[in-house]
Amino acid sequence: MNNKVLFLSFICVIIFSNTVSAQDLAKGKKIYETRCLVCHQADGGGVPNMNAPLDGASNVVGNNIARLVRIIRAGYSEKVPLDGMYYNNVMTPNPDLKDADIANVLSYIRTSWSNKASKITVAQVQAVKGKK
Amino acid sequence: MKKNKIILVLLIVLLSLVVALQAQENAGLKLPAGFKATLFADTIGSARHIAITSNGVVFAKLMYPNKAGNSIVRLQDANQDGVADNIKGWAKYGGTGIYVRGNQLYATSDNDVYLYQLNEKDEVVNPQSPKTIVKGLLARNQHASKSITLDGQNNIYVNIGAYSNACQEKDRVKGSKGMFPCPILDSAGGIWKFDGNKENQVYANGERYATGLRNVVGLDWNKQSNSLFVLQHGRDQLNSFYPELYSNEESAELPAETMYEIHKGDDAGWPYVYYDPFQKKKILSPEYGGDGKKEGGENAIDPAVFFPAHMAPNALLFYTGNQFPAKYKNGAFIAFHGSWNRAPLPQEGYFVAFVPFKNGKPNGAWEIFANGFAGEGKVMNTRKAKARPCGLAQGPDGSLYVSDDSRGSIFKISYTK
Ligand code: HEC
Repeated sequence: MNNKVLFLSFICVIIFSNTVSAQDLAKGKKIYETRCLVCHQADGGGVPNMNAPLDGASNVVGNNIARLVRIIRAGYSEKVPLDGMYYNNVMTPNPDLKDADIANVLSYIRTSWSNKASKITVAQVQAVKGKK
Repeated sequence: MKKNKIILVLLIVLLSLVVALQAQENAGLKLPAGFKATLFADTIGSARHIAITSNGVVFAKLMYPNKAGNSIVRLQDANQDGVADNIKGWAKYGGTGIYVRGNQLYATSDNDVYLYQLNEKDEVVNPQSPKTIVKGLLARNQHASKSITLDGQNNIYVNIGAYSNACQEKDRVKGSKGMFPCPILDSAGGIWKFDGNKENQVYANGERYATGLRNVVGLDWNKQSNSLFVLQHGRDQLNSFYPELYSNEESAELPAETMYEIHKGDDAGWPYVYYDPFQKKKILSPEYGGDGKKEGGENAIDPAVFFPAHMAPNALLFYTGNQFPAKYKNGAFIAFHGSWNRAPLPQEGYFVAFVPFKNGKPNGAWEIFANGFAGEGKVMNTRKAKARPCGLAQGPDGSLYVSDDSRGSIFKISYTK
């Protein structure tokens, strides 16, 4: 990839990000509270050794959006170290969540607590094909 | 004027020092009158279960190797001041179970049971070459840890937790039905019994001693009743999967955490039923057509004691010492790791409870024995809990040791009158 493309996609990300409204974030929060909070906790801190933290997690605020989308859709139980720690529980898949819901909940977790990453658009979620 | 100010500042500093010191009295624990606690060890790693030799040497099994790269830690308090002063370690495999019998030390990974030999100083003779007693046990993501205890007759009892929440066709997927019969029970979701000395045993050499137990972490042999007692972790997420049947509040209080007295062949009912602490009944699981009221589990045993939901009982110890007051003799101490599955409601647990026993039977209501592990105030988010009780062991002088896998501490609790 050359710098021009990189720069353009960066601009795109910024423009798209702005299309995620406060309302969408509120929807994301609602999804978080009904589906995720039980494991990842109200403060996004997770449960030591059990459920991974989302607050401050390098993957959550990172750039591999496709991975995040797949985790929400298909659940997660890879037992690989996340920021150096392992987690024993199995994350519930969410096959019934629509792309817009996934964008909203990802936007919520990427901008909550101490996280200050970009929001995720529906287009970014749609771009991720396949279950794995 | 200026002098007064300086004196005032000094006074405040002094006062806050006193307050800080008092907060650390009894290592921050709240105990019944006459009991004292010391911080026997701190930040040793994720200390799961602990065991103590007749000379008072403590062994802790860690969930993961600690900073020094060891997953079993040996702690000795040579100068007898209640704080370990000689700490060493070995082994690379994570796990939970550890048990001392005479000069033999058992330890578990999530798949195997190993046996080490101790010398007359309680040092491990063969740290790099333990005997493998049992191997190849199932460990799949959830409830993989293997807890152990022995009876008086050279049998070892191993928990093999169910790698599932409620034996759904798809684990933890909303709307997925419970499988009948639950295929997991063939090789997990129960207690297996093996020979305590024979090497290289596999499933086929053991016997499924009890079934229908979702996940047991705490277990101990009761010498008065001459039977096994176990603590089950009850199922999670009733409200996540059945919001039309269970409110947030109900889901936070259901099902009970349960203690069972186990005899050979017993079935505790998982996954088909759970125990409701309010109706005091075995209720059919919603994955199997239950509605929160229908009863089930006609052939399943009832709990000997039950506790509030989700507190995660991680260790059981029948107290046989002579140091504590008479009411504690032969009673059960239980380390509650503390809940996470009650959110959005405040979390509960994070204490050591006591249940009086008489002639090997529970005899009276359970009570909180030692509290304050998590720190001040309510725990809303689990990571805020400072320490989480996980293991229990009795010292040769009758003191009670409590391990914690969060901060990596071991507390020593003694009775001083
Ligand atoms: C049943 C408990 C549970 C629920 C419910 C749950 N998760 Fe998870 N989540 C986990 C566990 C456990 C892991 C880590 C699994 C592993 O390491 O194998 C995880 C991992 C993740 C990760 C990856 C973290 C990283 O550092 O790579 C993300 C992102 C995530 N979850 C988001 C969510 C969102 C969003 C929801 C709600 C839609 C949710 N989770 C619901 C338990 C859960």
